[in-house]
Amino acid sequence: MSTETVEEFRLRARAWLAEQMPRLEDRDPGLDDPENDRASWERTKQLQRILWNGGFAGIAFPRAYGGLGLTPEYQRAFNAESGPYEMPLRINIPTLSICAATILDMGSEQQKRDRIGAALRGDELMVQFLSEPKGGSDLAGVVTRAERDGDVWVLNGAKIWSSGAYAADYGLCLVRTDWSVRKHAGLTMFLVPVRAEGVTIRRIRQVNGSTEFCEEFFDDVILPADAVVGEVNGGWAVASRQLYWERTSMGGGSPYVSGQGRGAPAAAGRALWDLARSVGRLEDPKVRELIGESRANHLVQGALVRRVTAGLVGGHLPGPSASMTRLFHAETDWRDSDIRLEIAGSAAVTGPVGQHGAGEVSELSLNRQAGSLGGGSTEMARNVISERLLGMPREYAADRDVPFKDVKQGRT
Amino acid sequence: MDFDLTPDQKLFRATTKKFLDTEVPLATVREWADGPDGFARDWWARGAELGWTTLLVPEDRGGGSVSDAGLLDLLIVAEEMGRLVSPGPLLPVNTVLAALVDAGGHAEEIESLVCGRAVGTWAVYEPGRGWSPESPGVTATPTDEGWTLSGVKDRVEAADQADLFLVTVRAPEGLTQFLVPRGAPGLRVEPLWSLDLVRRFGEVHFDGVAVPAPALVGRLGAAAPLVERQRQIASVLQSAETAGAVDRVFEFTVAWAFDRYSFGRPLASYQALKHRFADSKTWLEACHGIVSAAGRAVQDRAPDAAELVAAAACYVGSRATEIIQDCVQMHGGIGVTWEHDLHLYLRRVTVNRALYGTPEEHRRALADLVIPSEGVSA
Repeated sequence: MSTETVEEFRLRARAWLAEQMPRLEDRDPGLDDPENDRASWERTKQLQRILWNGGFAGIAFPRAYGGLGLTPEYQRAFNAESGPYEMPLRINIPTLSICAATILDMGSEQQKRDRIGAALRGDELMVQFLSEPKGGSDLAGVVTRAERDGDVWVLNGAKIWSSGAYAADYGLCLVRTDWSVRKHAGLTMFLVPVRAEGVTIRRIRQVNGSTEFCEEFFDDVILPADAVVGEVNGGWAVASRQLYWERTSMGGGSPYVSGQGRGAPAAAGRALWDLARSVGRLEDPKVRELIGESRANHLVQGALVRRVTAGLVGGHLPGPSASMTRLFHAETDWRDSDIRLEIAGSAAVTGPVGQHGAGEVSELSLNRQAGSLGGGSTEMARNVISERLLGMPREYAADRDVPFKDVKQGRT
Repeated sequence: MDFDLTPDQKLFRATTKKFLDTEVPLATVREWADGPDGFARDWWARGAELGWTTLLVPEDRGGGSVSDAGLLDLLIVAEEMGRLVSPGPLLPVNTVLAALVDAGGHAEEIESLVCGRAVGTWAVYEPGRGWSPESPGVTATPTDEGWTLSGVKDRVEAADQADLFLVTVRAPEGLTQFLVPRGAPGLRVEPLWSLDLVRRFGEVHFDGVAVPAPALVGRLGAAAPLVERQRQIASVLQSAETAGAVDRVFEFTVAWAFDRYSFGRPLASYQALKHRFADSKTWLEACHGIVSAAGRAVQDRAPDAAELVAAAACYVGSRATEIIQDCVQMHGGIGVTWEHDLHLYLRRVTVNRALYGTPEEHRRALADLVIPSEGVSA
């Protein structure tokens, strides 16, 4: 096994996929209806179990925690072969590529064994409890608190923008445990069981009808001491690693992602030429330029991801370089959304009753900014690139080196 | 520029850079702008000695590469030349060499181009027409001794400096190419003006130019694969040069943003400007990434080479002018003066954007590649 080359592995994966994995065209289209979200998550776990049983789960995760311990090239080879099959794409972000990756880097031996193993087996899903209702980009300014009570911690506060929390089992939750020190120094990361007593989940309805994002309220949630990931008051180091993996995932450079794409709804995956044909504009040179432009953007994005990944691995580029792939990904998304609208023209916004046709592209466009908000806003990415790659002066922060309890939290 | 250059490539890069820095600094480029040729022949011959003309030619035909990937070695030169808006017919000479090597024969001409004694160029564009190398209007009519060429080529790089013209024509049998010497009776060059200070172009008239059988490059009527190879080589070299030019401009504009103070603080401290620098930095790295990917694909003659080359050409071509124009804006008024070097770079990338296919032409070419292949599976 350890002597198997990437090409041998690829061939074995190809044969196994053909035999064991359901074909994409056979996927129940009802699963992609936001109404059937729970069923979609269950299906995700089922598919992950097939991968696990076949010995193709967690290709780049260490063997000790249930993975295959192979290099990312093997995962990429597997992904390249997986295109025609129904893959558990929804487990990639955040469960495997962000949460499990962070636990692997920062968690205790027990946490690695339990959580990574369960995720790879398709038994558990994870979620990120980072953003709070009072603010998103200023992550280190969280005010959800955990207080020590004897051997346990008591958690109170609220989190928001967690994706699929209702279907998840554990959340990586960044909270404040010391208010007397500057803001980055008083944070701790916890692994919170989503179904623990005192956790209330509310689903948020988005403009595209999706109710995937959630808001959570924590009321006197009791957490054991071993729920701490990393060090007490060392939560920022864990969160930084988590943000690194988030940028890497959002930019398409994660070694832990299995399959192609992020589980986007079918309409987003519809080829531009197919859209152009449906509105009778496939021969329009301007439309063909737009189709070519989109293809170029995607090819360039792939090349940038490979460049940044190689640069990070070889030590030629600093860690924050992943912000470039994150920013580029958002730009490609924006441009695709705009291109779809340009091609569809008025067919995108009105048409015969009962025939939605090209209308799906305008519905999608309402969610255009999601790709530049989720995973840290592109404005933050630009700050990171200018400050940490180009070395430009940092933005003024009124809360720098001030005990957090003295930092203003609002106008009053 | 790839991160994983071999030690030999690193040395080659350093040697090339040093030679360019010493021999053709920007002051020299400005000086040569006033000359008729835009470069000095003896300087070019010395560049050839450094390897600028050998990299695409196998050792047994008088060439030799630095690594086992000659085109990637050549991209290093192109990028370094972009960083200094260097003169010299790097692109046309190497495009012609790539064709001659693939076609076989023409040993003497290859030798003269490799040693830098002769300059060769690709006569491909035609007046009033866009980028369509595969459908030339210049014709080759068979005669008893060979063929007669008739028609006009334009936007021919280094036309007035060239000794050899690789001409893409339509013969009765189909797409064909000939190598025609400058002195051939009936061949006439009319210089054209150029936005670039040291890069010259010309119109080449073929008024019944008689060419003998040995002038044929490759097979009669079967030049399509060769022409495709030439357009890929030319395009990726041009993209690499542009990426080098943008890299250098971005570098000195970032430095400027640190040095220049307004309202008591450096330009680099303003978020409105920092965010634009972040965009440009990202686009610049993307340019390097796609040039590497395209270069590797052309080197390997990979099936997706045409697609990657087109993606590089349209992305790098359009981003380059956008980034450098924004660098002009960052500089303020000094950026639009003759004295500042910015316009030398802006000229070069604007010329590169427009030749060997515009971004718009490359996008339509990409659509042609995308639509049938995906259409079949639908």
